[in-house]
Amino acid sequence: MSARISQKRLLSALAVSSLFLTACGSDAASTDAAAETTTAADACAGVKTITEGKLTIATGEPAFPPYVIDDKPESGEGFEAAVAMAVAKEMGFDAAATTWVRTAFDAAIAPGPKDFDFNLQQFTITDERKAAVDFSDGYYTAPQAIFGLKGSVAAGAKSMADLAGLKIGVATGTTSVTYVEETIKPTNAVAVFNDNAAVKVALESKQIDAVVADLPTALYITAAEIEGTQVFGQIAGSGTDQFGLLMSKDSPVTPCVNQALAAVKASGELDTITTKWMSEYTSAPVIG
Amino acid sequence: VSADGSVPAPIAGPVTGTFAGQSSSTGRRAQFDAAERRRGLIVATASTVATIAAVSLALPQLPGWDRVQTTFFSWKYFTGSFDDLWAPFLLNLKLFIITSPCILAVGMLVAVCRNVRSPALFPLRLFAWLFTTVVRGVPVILWIYLIGFGVPGLFQVRAWYSKGIFWGGVALVMCYSAYVAEVFRAGIESIHESQRAAARSLGLSPRQTMMTVIIPQAVRRVIPPLMNDLVSLQKDVALVSVLGIVEALRRATILKDRSFNFTPYVSAAVLFLLVSVPLTLLTDWMLSAERRKTGGTAVR
Repeated sequence: MSARISQKRLLSALAVSSLFLTACGSDAASTDAAAETTTAADACAGVKTITEGKLTIATGEPAFPPYVIDDKPESGEGFEAAVAMAVAKEMGFDAAATTWVRTAFDAAIAPGPKDFDFNLQQFTITDERKAAVDFSDGYYTAPQAIFGLKGSVAAGAKSMADLAGLKIGVATGTTSVTYVEETIKPTNAVAVFNDNAAVKVALESKQIDAVVADLPTALYITAAEIEGTQVFGQIAGSGTDQFGLLMSKDSPVTPCVNQALAAVKASGELDTITTKWMSEYTSAPVIG
Repeated sequence: VSADGSVPAPIAGPVTGTFAGQSSSTGRRAQFDAAERRRGLIVATASTVATIAAVSLALPQLPGWDRVQTTFFSWKYFTGSFDDLWAPFLLNLKLFIITSPCILAVGMLVAVCRNVRSPALFPLRLFAWLFTTVVRGVPVILWIYLIGFGVPGLFQVRAWYSKGIFWGGVALVMCYSAYVAEVFRAGIESIHESQRAAARSLGLSPRQTMMTVIIPQAVRRVIPPLMNDLVSLQKDVALVSVLGIVEALRRATILKDRSFNFTPYVSAAVLFLLVSVPLTLLTDWMLSAERRKTGGTAVR
């Protein structure tokens, strides 16, 4: 652990404690955690990772841009790779002391021993999910967006009412399903697919009119994965979902991860990372 | 005599005795049998209770039990998920009810094709052989993927005949009829050649022989294995979820993704059991009925 990092930690300690006190809701468990952190001053002192002296970070398989470039998170290239590396550094682990592993969505959230210290693959923070896993504070907020084939009926959608008339598809494992069913309330049953390849075939065979996903994912898929598609727009008022780092329930590293994330935010590094990787992935007309 | 519950002495007298003095030895035999049954019941009950007790005492001792219990057996999510699961489960049921008669019909057709004996109709036999061999050689889920995504792409319009669920159903009919065809074929081939000979000597045509003599006997004989395939189909209809269709399994996945709690899967399992257990019991009953009719006396 270098002196520089310790100093940085001390500087951020005050910001961290206040953030913890405000960030924690009514949840009894997290209030306890906050109390511990504030008294301990440095949540990362003697933190126990799953492999001693190493920080194991997990992401999805495959990981895709803009979150991870070229499916190589070790490089730190890509938004989530960079966020993970910044948080790791703040926790006292330099690039050489971090290991990346891949987990399927379900393996990340199932009970039982985990092979990662924290996991990031655009997990949306919800109170209900907090009963099953630990989340850090949010590191990004993404609106929902709708995309489909250029020139299709869905391309002309201007309002929520227009969207409700469409046959909408989503990828499984996302909060987009809930968003579509509870907010757009389409007249046709939502189609839920296992992966983007299935979404593509469904679009091309006109099984569905359009797909709903978070905006950066939608922009990436339309630009790189499915030819002839475009993002029709981001949906007004949908930008409330926050992505958080996921830890196993009551993980010993949670307070430390939160402290490190708060420091990355306070120093402006998160803003720099966000601007660098996400600025191309935020522009789309607003629908509704 | 048996009411006092006392365990009688072991088998009295040589086996030959049972054949000699009919009246007295039948009484002792019955007494012995009753005692054996009682003893068996006590042992079975005791061992069942002991096993359940051991499992229910040992499981909570495991370090992760609390976590697993709240994740997979949360009462709140169990009862809460049924509201969301009923409607999609009806879709599973509908698909099952529509596909099963189609499967029986196609399966029978293929089985009969495999049994045609006229040389001119050899292509039919060849087709039936190819169909059962190739179709059974590929996983069901793969057929559903290939047909359910591939065929609708041909139409480029959204209509009943281009829906994923329609072609998913077609894929299920195709796969299961290949298995069912083999069951029917086994039934047809199990009917003794003398039945055919007798029917033909009575002046029935080959077609009449098949329709009125062979098939009725064959079907009766293969009903239990057919039910077995239907029980299997009842669960495999959930595979159409890969086509984007939100049926019970997919709805459970959505609920799980929302809450990160896996209990909705257990709820879905219970729904499938509600249908498959009665089907299985019916199969068992049919099997024993068939055995009572055709088999000899049971050996103990």
